[in-house]
Amino acid sequence: MHSIIKNINKIFDHRVRLGIMSALMVNDFVDFNTLKELLEVTDGNLASHLKALEKVAYITVTKEFIGRKPNTKYSTTAIGAEAFKKHIAALEKIIRMQQ
Amino acid sequence: MTEKDYLKDISEIKNIMNRSTRFLSLSGISGILAGVYALIGGAIAYKLLTDYGRLERGETYESSILNLELMLILIAGTVATLSVVTAYVLTKRKAVQNNEKMWAPASRQLLVSFIIPLATGGIFALLLIYRGDYALIAPTMLIFYGLALFNASKFTLSTVKYLGLLEVVLGLVSMLFLGNGLFFWMLGFGVLHIIYGALIYIKLDKKR
Repeated sequence: MHSIIKNINKIFDHRVRLGIMSALMVNDFVDFNTLKELLEVTDGNLASHLKALEKVAYITVTKEFIGRKPNTKYSTTAIGAEAFKKHIAALEKIIRMQQ
Repeated sequence: MTEKDYLKDISEIKNIMNRSTRFLSLSGISGILAGVYALIGGAIAYKLLTDYGRLERGETYESSILNLELMLILIAGTVATLSVVTAYVLTKRKAVQNNEKMWAPASRQLLVSFIIPLATGGIFALLLIYRGDYALIAPTMLIFYGLALFNASKFTLSTVKYLGLLEVVLGLVSMLFLGNGLFFWMLGFGVLHIIYGALIYIKLDKKR
């Protein structure tokens, strides 16, 4: 049990971060506004969680322009994807053990 | 965290993965209506074909075969247009109800993955008309439409793939019964749409 708890990643211990990672795992990239609508959060809230994930190198940011409008796109890094998979596996294991 | 929180986490992950890759506001009623349009269009086409079958060979025959071609293209075009417009209006209404955006990455991917095989089939069918290979038109439309559905099912309700496979199978079977294209066309575009639309309506629309 102890070793499984170790795999529960503290960084993902928040609804918004969990949501960001879930969306990025199944898409090549997702832009800021799409994430905002998907997770129903405010700009500031989303930005701070994105920053946190970026800081641990779980996601990367690409900035580009569509015409004159800036468009920020996010995608997972290999480390981030690996960490998220481990996290899900741990969640599933705990649920199975408790049933 | 308690067990309940972990379960909630997992279902939230699944939910977001689905919503960020799939457009789920398909309307069951629009499927039923598309099927009805196809049956009506098919019935009109059947009437035209039997009338034409009674004509004697000669001058009127030559000119009426061109008319018949145009009429059949017109009927197919009208059925397709009506179906698309109905689907757009009803799907938009459902998307608003579901709080899902009509124009999002998932719906764009859905559209592209659907249209490319479909347009290929459409052009192929027009070329068959141009070449005079009429018997192959219905199988072609069914097969390409089925492949388009199968391809698009990755970005919407996953059960769409079964509808796609059925259309493909129907198209292949109809190759064994060339000359009965209209019957298979009405079965595929009419009956299957009505059945699938009704299933979606019962399973998803009614609950809301």
